[in-house]
Amino acid sequence: MSRARYKGAVAGSGTFSGAGFAVKLVLIALVDALGVFGVLAAWRAGSWGILAATVALLAAANWVYFTKRSLPLKYILPGLAFLLVYQVYVVGYTGYVAFTNYGDGHNSTKEQAVDALLVQNERRVEGSPALPLTVVESGDGELGFAVVEDGAAEVGTAEEPLEAAPDATLDGGAVTQVPGWTVLDRATVLQRQDEVTTLRVPVSDDAADGSVRTQDARTGYVFQPVLEYDEAADTMTDTATGVVYTPNDEGQFESADGEVLPVGWRVTVGFENFATAFGDDRYAGPFVKILLWTVAFAVLSVVTTFALGMFLAMVFNDPRLRGRKVYRTLMILPYAMPGFLAALLWSGMLNKSFGVINQVLLGGAAIPWLTDPWLAKLSVLGVNLWLGFPYMFLICTGALQSLPGDVYEAARIDGAGKWRTWRSITMPLLLVATAPLLISSFAFNFNNFTLIKMLTGGGPRFDDASVPLGHTDILISMVYNVSGLDGSAPRDYGLASALSIVIFVIVGVISAIAFRQTRKLEELS
Amino acid sequence: MTTATERATGPATGRPGEQVLRHRMTPRRWARELGWRHVVGVLAVLYAVFPIVYVVSASLSPTGTLTGSNELFAQVSGVNYAALGDTRFWTWMGNTLVIGVATAVGTVLMGAAAAYAFSRFRFAGRRLGLTALLIIQMFPQMLAFVAIFLLLISLGEVVPALGLNSKLALICVYLGGALGVNTFLMYGFFNTVPRELDEAAKIDGATHAQVYWTIILRLVTPILAVVALLSFISTFGEFIIARVVLQSESNWTLAVGLYGWVSSLLEANWGLFAAGAVLSAIPVLALFLFLQKYIVGGLTAGSVKG
Repeated sequence: MSRARYKGAVAGSGTFSGAGFAVKLVLIALVDALGVFGVLAAWRAGSWGILAATVALLAAANWVYFTKRSLPLKYILPGLAFLLVYQVYVVGYTGYVAFTNYGDGHNSTKEQAVDALLVQNERRVEGSPALPLTVVESGDGELGFAVVEDGAAEVGTAEEPLEAAPDATLDGGAVTQVPGWTVLDRATVLQRQDEVTTLRVPVSDDAADGSVRTQDARTGYVFQPVLEYDEAADTMTDTATGVVYTPNDEGQFESADGEVLPVGWRVTVGFENFATAFGDDRYAGPFVKILLWTVAFAVLSVVTTFALGMFLAMVFNDPRLRGRKVYRTLMILPYAMPGFLAALLWSGMLNKSFGVINQVLLGGAAIPWLTDPWLAKLSVLGVNLWLGFPYMFLICTGALQSLPGDVYEAARIDGAGKWRTWRSITMPLLLVATAPLLISSFAFNFNNFTLIKMLTGGGPRFDDASVPLGHTDILISMVYNVSGLDGSAPRDYGLASALSIVIFVIVGVISAIAFRQTRKLEELS
Repeated sequence: MTTATERATGPATGRPGEQVLRHRMTPRRWARELGWRHVVGVLAVLYAVFPIVYVVSASLSPTGTLTGSNELFAQVSGVNYAALGDTRFWTWMGNTLVIGVATAVGTVLMGAAAAYAFSRFRFAGRRLGLTALLIIQMFPQMLAFVAIFLLLISLGEVVPALGLNSKLALICVYLGGALGVNTFLMYGFFNTVPRELDEAAKIDGATHAQVYWTIILRLVTPILAVVALLSFISTFGEFIIARVVLQSESNWTLAVGLYGWVSSLLEANWGLFAAGAVLSAIPVLALFLFLQKYIVGGLTAGSVKG
């Protein structure tokens, strides 16, 4: 909107219906189009939750932008929508997952688990006929089988169950051509042998009907599940051994003598995950150590960076000093350096055998900076000091320069010395001015995942633990390791979310107390 | 955030007599009052700058290993920089810039709009909204990365572009954190713009949208720059969510990619990493030094307003 337009509009009718309204209309139309697309896609995928959320957001957007009664919401809604989906919902969902056993072995709903069990435990049906089989490929490169059953051709892929293909060409009892599919020649089949032998094409939508598989790419056999699911009784029966499995509280099928089937589903398990974190031998010990270290790390990081930053700010807060600008610019370089680069850089510099610190600055010493439990902690703090002191230097400089001069004059008249002035005036005033930032700095360092992950990777590892945790791990990196998202451990979303909730609570409580204290400090001064 | 830097009435210099003595200072007095400050300054600068000098030197060292980088500037060559061309470095750089810029722009647009509403309109739920934002601010989004991962799996089944391994999805996740982090900073700044300005415009017949786009936004440009910059920098260095969401190598950001180099083969990749680090630090460093004044102001504005 140009200034001229604004003047014109103001001088004119005072309505704002021209270009602005057109822009609004186009934007809303765009949002609606995308939204409708989303609704249709959700319908197709059968994701009712997403469908409901999309419809609600769409309705809200249209109401807000076409009524006159929701002025503030016009400005808040875009950000609010993202906030609700990607922060509020996600935090709430974390709370839900924390009370489930979601993770490896319990990945899906019961229905999906039953299907997976049926599919995974299939065996060739005794005496079933050999079906002449041809390996085919669909337009988008997906492998499939074309089989002939009772003289009629059928085609299907891993995703699409077998379907009759009446227009296929048969030759010598086998399919040689199907419209819409490419028949693979022998050489290609040999090349993709692994894919072909592992491919299972379901006979129908019902997993209980089994599937067609092949070993030689010429003949296929119908495989049927060994297990049988009885929906009415809600039990699994092994048709070979006759063992009956019933669902237990853990979300698994269990036989009378305690044997469980490998695929389970997620169920709510109450406070079990929290009990594991605090009570299980494998986790409780490391958890307490990590919790203490996390608090110590966050507190010491704030204290050391603030101390050095304040000291430097006071040293350079003298206008007679020449070259202050140069000093300042060079000193804040570490703050401008992206944190992950700095941590990676220091991890190389502190390397025990080849790093520049040991090799050059310490003349060839072999100090295990990152591999000894205590030295690694010291290194983490040292690197964080390097990263963080410029920030504290900047905010302390700003705060020092806005301190009122008259209190100092009063102090001098009262005969206060330098030390006394600093202790009774400068320090308290600085703390009041910077307290909120110190709190956010604490909260930030409490979750400073990047630094830990990049510098030490959490190591050195605890020697007594069977879990992938180490001496410099903080809570958030513990959550990451436990979740198993990087593939180093079995996935356990439930426990990881429970730990996240613990962090939420700790950070929330500390921030709340700290903010209350700050407010008191402010009232006092 | 306005006059903090111009006011030079610091605690050590409040005394009027000192300015006069400045030119006639004995060497001993100079050493006692100013000399030691230079000593401290040089030490602090050495501490701050040494790793940066080292990484520049390592990036120019042709051996490319950790050991070979220990003699500063022993040999100078551009082989490491040239070798970056054979890697995915530039793809990652492109991804990072796209994600960073998109997030910064989105954050500024949505944050400023929300701050305007909170600052200028009085409506039911305003206090509640502000309090809610303050509380939400305490719960960093990245703590919920497991739930984000699970949410994106479900979204990806409906719309693949919003699912795992999509840059658009990552931007959306980052935008979800936009309001919580920045609205307060902006809200405080918006409040410093006198309301009389927009009231005058309203009397002249301007609508709320005109007031917003043509008056307010122009007066708060400094805070917009600060928020854009802070958002860009934090996106630039964000690791955990990017690591969880972006799965194929061609979609990685610099943080994920460079971590991969160093964690897998620290010794051999060192020269490559150093060159990559220098190149990726340059845009942030340049922006930072260029906008230094604004950032310092923005930081202290936050501190005063709380």
